[in-house]
Amino acid sequence: MTGNPALRRLGLLTPALATIALLIGLPLILLIWISLLQKGGSSGVDWNAAPSLGNYIRLAWEEDFDGTMILNTSYLVILLRSVLQAALTTGLSLLFGLPVALWMAGLSRGQRDLMLLLITIPFWTNLLVRNYAWLIILREDGWLAQAVGSVSPIGPIPLLYNDLAVAIGLTYSFLPFMILPLYTVFEKFDWRLLEAAHDLGASRSRALRRVLIPIAMPGIAAGSLLVFIPCLGAFVTPALLGGGKTLMLGNIIQMQFGASRNWPFGAALAVVLLALMLIVMVAMAIWRNRRVR
Amino acid sequence: MNIRRFPLTREISLLVLVYLYVPVVVLVGYSFNANRTATVWSHASLDWYGRILANPTIQSAAKNSLVLALCAATAATVIALLAALATSRAFPGRGGVEAVLNTPLILPEIVVAVATLMLFVALGVQLGLGAMILAHTAFCIPFAYLPIRARLEGMNQSFGEAAQDLYANRFRCFRRVTLPLLWPGIMAGFTLAFVTSLDDFLTSFFLSGPGTTTLPVYIFSSIKAGITPEINAISTVMLVISVLLVSLSFFLGRLRR
Amino acid sequence: MKRTLTALTLAAMTALPAFAQDEEKTLFFYNWTDYYPVELLAKFEAETGIKVILDGFDSNDTLLAKLQSGGAAYDVIVPSDYVIPGMIKDGLLMKIDTPSMENYVHMKDAFKNPDFDPTHEYTAPYLWGVTGLAYDSAAVGGAEIEHSWKELFEPRPEFEGKIAELDTASDVILAASLYLGIPQCTESNDDAKRILELLEAQAPKLKMYSSDSTVDRMASGEVAMYHVWNGATARATAQRDTIRFIYPKEGTPMFRDNFAVPANAPHPENAKIFINWMMAPENAAAVSNAIAYANAIKSDEFLDPKWRAMDAINMPEEYAPRLVPTMDCGPAARELRDRIWTRLKG
Repeated sequence: MTGNPALRRLGLLTPALATIALLIGLPLILLIWISLLQKGGSSGVDWNAAPSLGNYIRLAWEEDFDGTMILNTSYLVILLRSVLQAALTTGLSLLFGLPVALWMAGLSRGQRDLMLLLITIPFWTNLLVRNYAWLIILREDGWLAQAVGSVSPIGPIPLLYNDLAVAIGLTYSFLPFMILPLYTVFEKFDWRLLEAAHDLGASRSRALRRVLIPIAMPGIAAGSLLVFIPCLGAFVTPALLGGGKTLMLGNIIQMQFGASRNWPFGAALAVVLLALMLIVMVAMAIWRNRRVR
Repeated sequence: MNIRRFPLTREISLLVLVYLYVPVVVLVGYSFNANRTATVWSHASLDWYGRILANPTIQSAAKNSLVLALCAATAATVIALLAALATSRAFPGRGGVEAVLNTPLILPEIVVAVATLMLFVALGVQLGLGAMILAHTAFCIPFAYLPIRARLEGMNQSFGEAAQDLYANRFRCFRRVTLPLLWPGIMAGFTLAFVTSLDDFLTSFFLSGPGTTTLPVYIFSSIKAGITPEINAISTVMLVISVLLVSLSFFLGRLRR
Repeated sequence: MKRTLTALTLAAMTALPAFAQDEEKTLFFYNWTDYYPVELLAKFEAETGIKVILDGFDSNDTLLAKLQSGGAAYDVIVPSDYVIPGMIKDGLLMKIDTPSMENYVHMKDAFKNPDFDPTHEYTAPYLWGVTGLAYDSAAVGGAEIEHSWKELFEPRPEFEGKIAELDTASDVILAASLYLGIPQCTESNDDAKRILELLEAQAPKLKMYSSDSTVDRMASGEVAMYHVWNGATARATAQRDTIRFIYPKEGTPMFRDNFAVPANAPHPENAKIFINWMMAPENAAAVSNAIAYANAIKSDEFLDPKWRAMDAINMPEEYAPRLVPTMDCGPAARELRDRIWTRLKG
């Protein structure tokens, strides 16, 4: 190995950067280019079209069925719905993931490894099959619905084909992506810091707030990102457990590359989604930097 | 009073475990269901396991998935480990490098999948297992990188420095000090990458070729009529294989310590 | 030594072309998932020595995307009627001249001159079916309901909240168009508006939109009415005998799925052997018996009596005039369809 740290760093980084540049960056450039083209031919892209912003304009404005240009709120509503659903899932994952990660960190080494194993095992099965299991559990003549119905004062509550079912399914799908990064942080945490704070008279909750949470921040940030983003593009769980009455961002992008065969519009929708994620990430980075200072 | 014990965390954790395992129990239970309709229980039977043995399509789909996930997760973990070591200390442009490494996370998968398909077609890359391994490796990198990086971030660099002061060379220091300390992060990263690849549908859907259908692609395209207990049965088999694999890697990981 | 070398070279030179001509005993078969009984592949391999590798797709769009990408070489594919003219035009299919095949004589006359491939130059028929309306007669006390899309779009109170509609824009909008007497693939804004109004009025009466688990949802009684395919209905009826299928009188969309060979197929000769083999009555019937869709081969004698008794599979002759072939809509019609769907569910 060379002694020059900059050169050594470059060597270590090259495989990762090259892979990403070739397999993510290059396709992405192609995508942005396609979003400026028009649909056409049987393949979905008219490669000879003059580049334009038409696909982006269509997101907010469209010709109404009676010929006038109107503000089309459908896509905005779908966008908002997807963001809310993703935020709700991230919140729920944090709510349940944080205590689990904390508890795990306090266990003995052997117990911790066992817990890690227990948490990951359910995710070795296919997403769709897991959602199917929820379909069986939540069905209206299932035991859970009957149990809920017998104790609820307002009679049976529909558990399936609503937002609650989708939240249960999505949280289920992404919970370990919250627990694992949090646990990684807590696991190497020096607990003497907390003890010191406590000994110096800080109350338990104050010690928790002032010492533990700041240290957990990288884990919370990583976990939230890992949950929020796949959630935003999710379409299988909402379709299966939500009854398909509303569309999600993932659905409409998928539609453009499938039956609608309008790849340029699909690409434009994807670029918008991408811009949204970038904003979230930049905001998060700024916020973290401010906290550090 | 132990400061490391937080009230209610134990109760919540047990509740979460129940939440995580009820669907698994249902999934495994219904693989023994004699009824073809997955959601209706009639009586217990092993028929569906027999059906898997007679169905080469489902077997090869399961095999393709395991091979793909193993190759992609291994490649991604090695690449991510190198990158994490390089970014563990501050240098100008580190933020930018990290952002680039995490781009697969902020891209909707369908977009990358379609764009990759178009790129491969333009370059004349044959669709199939090779194409899928390449694409999966790329999007698995951040899943492997984040836990390793998080582990490295607070890891006490002074151990390594102390070892070097004691005249351990850099490689020896890495192998004897850094790697063992990093191991839980590496395992978490590999696990995340493996699970992500194993469960991936969209990328495989667009990039699979003749004879390389993966299990998720098979399952997703068979849901029109409804999931059969056959799919529950193969999922159960995969679950058992995975649990054995993971247990083995954890066991090896503990041996290394 | 020299002679040996010459002999070897000669042998190699003669052997190579022979090897190239004699195709590998393999066939890459790309079909709709769960649309072919795997047991039959074993029979084919036993009889011909050709090993079939089966992959599945979920829609004609997926098949088209794979084919157009050119990166995946399959030997036999199963496109639906309406995508075939486009595939031929784009040069994606290979000529196979089905009438020259030995088993062509077994094909039913009604299937012999299809609009999408008039002389069967490129295709051979596989299975066919319709998208109609299934309902559980127990929900209406065993009564017959009208053979009309009205029952789906303006349902009677017994069915309200128990109806599942397909979650595919094309199927839903086509059925609505047929009900309203609007031409398939309309590009008119006025038509689009009428369709949207009908669907918006229907939405609150639906339990869900779903194209998955169709058989399960009917067989388990989760829904009492389903806008769905006849084959799925038949499979559900086999488990719950009160289910009935209707062919709506305003027009019942029909799909005819066919075997075809892609232009870049690596084993075209094996593909032809397979297609000919599939036209043998007992093999065609074996598919129908397992998958519950009718085929185009004179094979009724081999058909399972269970299916023969069901209207859903064995369509009564008087419904034939109701069948409407599905069309491949142009870009403008597809965009309109998209806008209706996004407004409906936005």
